[in-house]
Amino acid sequence: MIQMYNVSMIYPNGVKALTDVSLHVRKGDFIFLVGPSGAGKSTLTKLIFREELPTRGQIMVNGINIARMKDKEVPYLRRKIGVIFQDFRLLPNKSVYDNVAFALEVAEASSKEIKKLVPAVLKLVGLTNKADMLPTELSGGEQQRVSIARAIINNPIMIIADEPTGNLDPETSWEIMNLLVEINKLGTTIIMATHAKDIVDGLKKRVIAIENGRVVRDEQKGAYGYES
Amino acid sequence: MKVRTVGYYFQEALTSLRRNGLMALASVGTVAVALLILGGALLTVLNANNIMKSVENELLISVYLQEGVDETAIGDLEQQINDTPGVAKSRFISKEESLEKLRQQFGETKGSLEFSRNPLPDSFEVNAEKSNLVKGIADKIRGLSGVEKVNYPAEVVQKLSTLVEWVRLIGAVIIILLALAAVFLISTTIRLTVFARRREIGIMKFLGATNWFIRWPFVLEGVFLGLAGALVSGLILYFVNFYIVEAVKQFPFMRVQTDMKDVYIILGSLLGGGIFIGAIGSVISVRKFLQV
Ligand SMILES: Nc1ncnc2c1ncn2[C@@H]1O[C@H](COP(=O)(O)OP(=O)(O)O)[C@@H](O)[C@H]1O
Ligand SMILES: [Mg+2]
Repeated sequence: MIQMYNVSMIYPNGVKALTDVSLHVRKGDFIFLVGPSGAGKSTLTKLIFREELPTRGQIMVNGINIARMKDKEVPYLRRKIGVIFQDFRLLPNKSVYDNVAFALEVAEASSKEIKKLVPAVLKLVGLTNKADMLPTELSGGEQQRVSIARAIINNPIMIIADEPTGNLDPETSWEIMNLLVEINKLGTTIIMATHAKDIVDGLKKRVIAIENGRVVRDEQKGAYGYES
Repeated sequence: MKVRTVGYYFQEALTSLRRNGLMALASVGTVAVALLILGGALLTVLNANNIMKSVENELLISVYLQEGVDETAIGDLEQQINDTPGVAKSRFISKEESLEKLRQQFGETKGSLEFSRNPLPDSFEVNAEKSNLVKGIADKIRGLSGVEKVNYPAEVVQKLSTLVEWVRLIGAVIIILLALAAVFLISTTIRLTVFARRREIGIMKFLGATNWFIRWPFVLEGVFLGLAGALVSGLILYFVNFYIVEAVKQFPFMRVQTDMKDVYIILGSLLGGGIFIGAIGSVISVRKFLQV
């Protein structure tokens, strides 16, 4: 699903965010990216959906070398990857329904598809009766569920989540994690950068630890490994 | 491109126009002024060309006599005119004949031509042998006693073509400057929109929107601004031209015929110009500030 070969990333300001990272992600994996702040976790996720280009190295996603991909093809890559952020990134003046539908609109889906898919996905994340509300009228957990609905509606091959529970209380965090685990069970690969020790330790998934831009640990059924 | 997607582009463009109220107004105003001058210049040139075309006989010289020149003096004058080198023939036209001709031109219904006293002068119609002799003959006749005024269409043509040259030159300079200002204002308006919506643009990007999906609403917004300016200037020009042409038609010697086809071509080029200015302005901003 993802192969990274000797990937380095230096930002224009000279910061070496990643150094010589090689990784293998299989279809259906559930991966936690852990490590101190500034280690390069977010940068790694951005490389996968080509928000950033690597300075060196090759990145294969679903068999395509995205380091050499033409700019024109990037949108179609992104439609196959659902992205979730700590701050939800919802459109404040669109309803829950419209926020989710927006992902389909952007992908130029037909209104028939939109009418069929949006209610189904809202049901999956348990927001059917909040479809007409604005994001500001929802709790943090509910907002994150809207963004998950939006991330999965294009039936992506993988979901990339950058600290999706960073703004949520522990209980709500677990609700979100259970949802992601369900989605993973349906076959979607999940890569999640996180600082949530309890969750990483509780779920016992593959853990990749990054420090100073280098992969320092990669273990199946791993633990968080840092004091929280 | 799907219909609903196009609908989305229009909706987004209109929404942000409303949000940008004042800047949008300034942009439309500038476009309108630029195009007003462009259209004005085009119309002047067009009308001048029409007048020049309407001058049928460029060998003709009209000689108007002073009030109260008696018949013997008129006879003398006719002799002197015919003796002037280069004159092919001349014909005396009495004031009565002139008035009659005028009446015929306006038709019987025009009661306004009933004067208690005939205001028209006696005149000669002089034909030159060659068009390059017209000016010399006119200058000579102007010096004869009893002559009030000498006109020749060639002179009008000459003056008009000088005018046309100036209008072209000054018009072009002003139009270019104003068009640049309009492009700048529109691109600033679009930049504001892009800035106001950078969050939304970021979301669209990670959701996999193509560059053009993101750009279209902004480009359309600019095009709308340009189009609105063009419509404003087009309307103003249409009515101004209408009144000027009507006013000019009052003069019998100016048979100005504005071909409606030409007017439509000018209005069309205004619309085209507006769209062009708008599109350029927004594309500049979109390219510069919408790194997608
Ligand atoms: N857009 C950017 N421009 C320059 N430097 C950046 C940028 N984004 C991140 N960095 C730097 O790269 C390093 C890694 O950042 P990041 O990937 O966000 O780490 P993490 O997500 O693990 O906290 C940090 O030193 C950070 O300051
Ligand atoms: Mg981060």
